[in-house]
Amino acid sequence: MFRYIVRRLLQMVLTFFGATFVVFALMFANQDDPLQALAGERPITESQRQALTERYHLDEPFIAQYWHYMKGMLTGDFGQSLTGRQIGDMLEAAWPVTFRLALLAAVIAAVIAIVAGVASAIRRGGTFDNVTLVFTLILLSMPIVVIAPLAQLLFGIQLGWFPPTSGADPSMWALLLPALVLASSVFATQLRVTRTSVAENLRADYVRTAKAKGLAFRRVISVHVLRNSLIPVITLIGVDLGNLMAGAIVTEGVFNIPGVGFNLARGIRTEDGPLVVGFVSALVIIFLIVNLLVDLLYAALDPRIRYE
Amino acid sequence: MDVLPGVDPRAPLLEVTDLHVEFRTQYGVAKAVNGANFWLSPGETLAILGESGCGKSVTAQAIMGILDSPPGFITKGEVRYRGIDLLTLPEEQRRKVRANRIAMIFQDALSALNPVYTVGFQLAEVFRIHRGMSRGDAKKKAVELLDQVKIPAAKARVSDYPHQFSGGMRQRVMIAMALALDPEVLIADEPTTALDVTVQAQIMGLLAELQQQRNMGLILITHDMGVVADVADRISVMYAGKVVEEAAVYDIYSRPAHPYTRALLESIPRLDMKGQQLNVIRGLPPALTDVPRGCAFNPRCRYAKDPCRQDPAPPAYAVAPHRTARCHFFREVLGD
Repeated sequence: MFRYIVRRLLQMVLTFFGATFVVFALMFANQDDPLQALAGERPITESQRQALTERYHLDEPFIAQYWHYMKGMLTGDFGQSLTGRQIGDMLEAAWPVTFRLALLAAVIAAVIAIVAGVASAIRRGGTFDNVTLVFTLILLSMPIVVIAPLAQLLFGIQLGWFPPTSGADPSMWALLLPALVLASSVFATQLRVTRTSVAENLRADYVRTAKAKGLAFRRVISVHVLRNSLIPVITLIGVDLGNLMAGAIVTEGVFNIPGVGFNLARGIRTEDGPLVVGFVSALVIIFLIVNLLVDLLYAALDPRIRYE
Repeated sequence: MDVLPGVDPRAPLLEVTDLHVEFRTQYGVAKAVNGANFWLSPGETLAILGESGCGKSVTAQAIMGILDSPPGFITKGEVRYRGIDLLTLPEEQRRKVRANRIAMIFQDALSALNPVYTVGFQLAEVFRIHRGMSRGDAKKKAVELLDQVKIPAAKARVSDYPHQFSGGMRQRVMIAMALALDPEVLIADEPTTALDVTVQAQIMGLLAELQQQRNMGLILITHDMGVVADVADRISVMYAGKVVEEAAVYDIYSRPAHPYTRALLESIPRLDMKGQQLNVIRGLPPALTDVPRGCAFNPRCRYAKDPCRQDPAPPAYAVAPHRTARCHFFREVLGD
């Protein structure tokens, strides 16, 4: 187990440098005039150009620029956005909101998906199974750009069950509707995977053994089948959680939630290079950590992985 | 142990009468078992012999009550354990019969054990569920059991996972699990098919030893005539879901009464027949959705005459005391 963790950590370091390098390269170095790209359409004066060149070490070779940027980032200095705010501070403000939103959405999705997935796998071809099949198909075919405003209109404005927008420092209650919208975007796939996985495991030989041991059906499912079936589902939930953390650009925009996705969208719109790179780099780290946790959980669920 | 109501200690240990099992699939109804009959006494080994798909494993699963239903349905028959018809027992009581009175081991121990739990957990589970033992006590019993099936360093190995054991050791774990609660009947479904020959002999030896210690009835399901000759007392030969011949092991090997049994015996390679062509059975076993009229074996049988191709199928003729054969011409077969 120890060697497994060490190996995964080493992989993580490699991925981190690789990913940030690509982002950095795309944003700064791969353009004709990085400063013009940084400033967007606005003209740059000669003195601004000089100051910016110095700040971003643009007169140095590309690798050195990357080195300077990483040095700053690893010591907690993400630099400044074009609007002059510290990107570190912006991350600090945006991150907890997105974290709560993503976690809430992920938990809602996973709980519903696993419970419904197991139920429909046990009674394959039954009414419940068919209803969930149709329902998940509808969800899968509806993009979030449609679901988010629709939910806001229906539950937020017409029915008035939830606050239609969240604003700064939102409560858990205000995040519930956006979390449900986000959950709907990932739960359909999770449900289908759970169902397939449980159905497959129900036919496995070890289930026959468990029955022959005189275990009750409930125990066969909850102890023997579930743990085996969850192995692929956990992987999927992990990837989904990473995606949810990466900022629900549309959902945060629709519900006016000042999270990571919201800031990122603004950065892209205003062509705020440092802001985008800073946020994306932070996201890379989050993604890597979530994936590491998933892999560790995976190893905990499946002993065969630990010893490879 | 909680007492099952209606247990008659003088009744036969296990008696299967006219068992019918069918699988209802979208491609039609497959009649997997069409009237299986046999009985088992304490300390005795009954071998159920037959080709793949003849219904022997399904029979075992029906006795255990672990048939996947749907698609499998028991349509007729009785399975009596000490006088109680298991098929009519409510599920809650039926569940207690499993592992407590009748236990089963399976062919491929790697897939039959749960890959994500330690063997200790899977063994201890039996004690925790059926005996209400604490985790600690159950674990101790698990170590004892592993010791009994001669797994070296049982104390250390109890916390290993199935994939960390060799094939033979895994089958020992299966045996330990089945014997945990001292059942009176053990059903072994091809217990050595997945193992290599030397390990096979060890496992069969272990089974025989444990059986003798406990005076346990053993139903050995197999297609391996060699294994049967060594350990069985009696043999039931199954073909297309029916027991076509039932007899003591010596009688079957010396004078088979059913053409199918005879053909099976002739298809064993023998050293004194070196260089000659092996007498394999021509054709394939019938599809269970479309069993031939009359005797199911008639298309492959060299004794077959007109009556064999017509319904009703041959009844179980009494060839000798405690010996039956479902063949109209058993006398001819015996005489050859």
